[in-house]
Amino acid sequence: MNITDFIEKLEVEFEEVEKGSITPNTVFLDMKEWCSLYALIVMAIVSTDYDVDLSGDDLVGVATVSDLFDLIQRRKAI
Amino acid sequence: MAVVSIPHVRVQAISACVPKRCQRNAQDEKIDEKDRGLLIRATGVEERRIASIGLTAVDLCEVAARELLRNQCVDPDSIDILVLVTQSGDFPLPASAIILQDRLGLRRDIMAFDVGLGCSGYIYGLSIVAGLMQSMGLRRGLLLSGDVSSTRCSVSDKSTYPLFGDAGSATLLQHDVTAQDMHLSLFSDGSGYKNIIIRDGGMRNGFSESSFVPHVVSPGITRSRLHLELDGMGVFSFATSRVPPSVNDILSSLKMQSSDIDFFVMHQANKLINETVRRKCGFSNEQTPYSLAKFGNTSSASIPLTIVAELGDLLARRSAVLLLSGFGVGLSWGNALIHVDELRCLPLIEVSDDGRQV
Repeated sequence: MNITDFIEKLEVEFEEVEKGSITPNTVFLDMKEWCSLYALIVMAIVSTDYDVDLSGDDLVGVATVSDLFDLIQRRKAI
Repeated sequence: MAVVSIPHVRVQAISACVPKRCQRNAQDEKIDEKDRGLLIRATGVEERRIASIGLTAVDLCEVAARELLRNQCVDPDSIDILVLVTQSGDFPLPASAIILQDRLGLRRDIMAFDVGLGCSGYIYGLSIVAGLMQSMGLRRGLLLSGDVSSTRCSVSDKSTYPLFGDAGSATLLQHDVTAQDMHLSLFSDGSGYKNIIIRDGGMRNGFSESSFVPHVVSPGITRSRLHLELDGMGVFSFATSRVPPSVNDILSSLKMQSSDIDFFVMHQANKLINETVRRKCGFSNEQTPYSLAKFGNTSSASIPLTIVAELGDLLARRSAVLLLSGFGVGLSWGNALIHVDELRCLPLIEVSDDGRQV
């Protein structure tokens, strides 16, 4: 698993976001399209594709795409 | 819990009743136009049936039950137990099932009671009716389940109102020594009770003037303490982490695999939750019917409504193994593995605002 694949998955599901605009440093809350449904979409991707179950608090605790990817990797390593 | 098996009870027939009145989310002017597309895509709910004021879950269940008895040529005197699963009974007391005993013309020497569960309620209802039939030697049971959740949601709350639809259902269970066992697993976790809640109006908080005051929670979400409140991330986290292991457990305890199941019929919560659960449980699209797009989340009616609307014609002609899974408010969840043989599903019943069939 690598962060490029993760970003590709996000871009597939974030239909309203311009393709190629998401980077590892993208701050979720700074995306103008970000909303609670996007948070649920992220949880669905992470649960289905990485078999990691995030809580709402987990998402609140990460700022960037890279932070989230690191969290997924840590959970996978447990 | 361990898987419980109940012998000699067959699910014989199912009916479902919805209001004719339809509301399309694409035309919901309370939601910003730019948000509507994403909302429909993420939740999977395109339209819902909405009960007019005065049309209750009890009314919808009564029509479903009456038509089921008539269609199956079942004498009301032959019903030995009536259970109504609802969180929107007609009165705080008495229990609505007892009123329905009279309205449906059932005998007086039967049990009739309400079960106050929502999204998991159909599974619990099956276990209660089948379990009591088996243990008490009853021959015929009637399970009604339904809610008018739309009346509980603030029309100005985009996190609830576009999701919920109204429906009632009726399921006829029959004692049959040739019936294959019904297998059930049931779960509860009250630590998550605030994930889906109406805060005022019960004994804990009662009513006060503040109960009725709308307050802005966030953009697009305005509600009072008498409205349904839903923590979307909490519910998603619960459903996608708890339900798949419970589904896999019931299959493994019966030495079965997902490929042994003809249809996996889930409570219709929303598309993101249901698709995540489906994938984690290993079921194909073909095994997993959805009624979400047309009816939304109809609480305890969603499983029988999905069977009637999506599988009715198919199941009338064949035997099938169904794995039913309900999950939600409580938090509460459960699974039922049932064998059906030429299950009789009535065509979907619609009623007008005054409760008459159309």
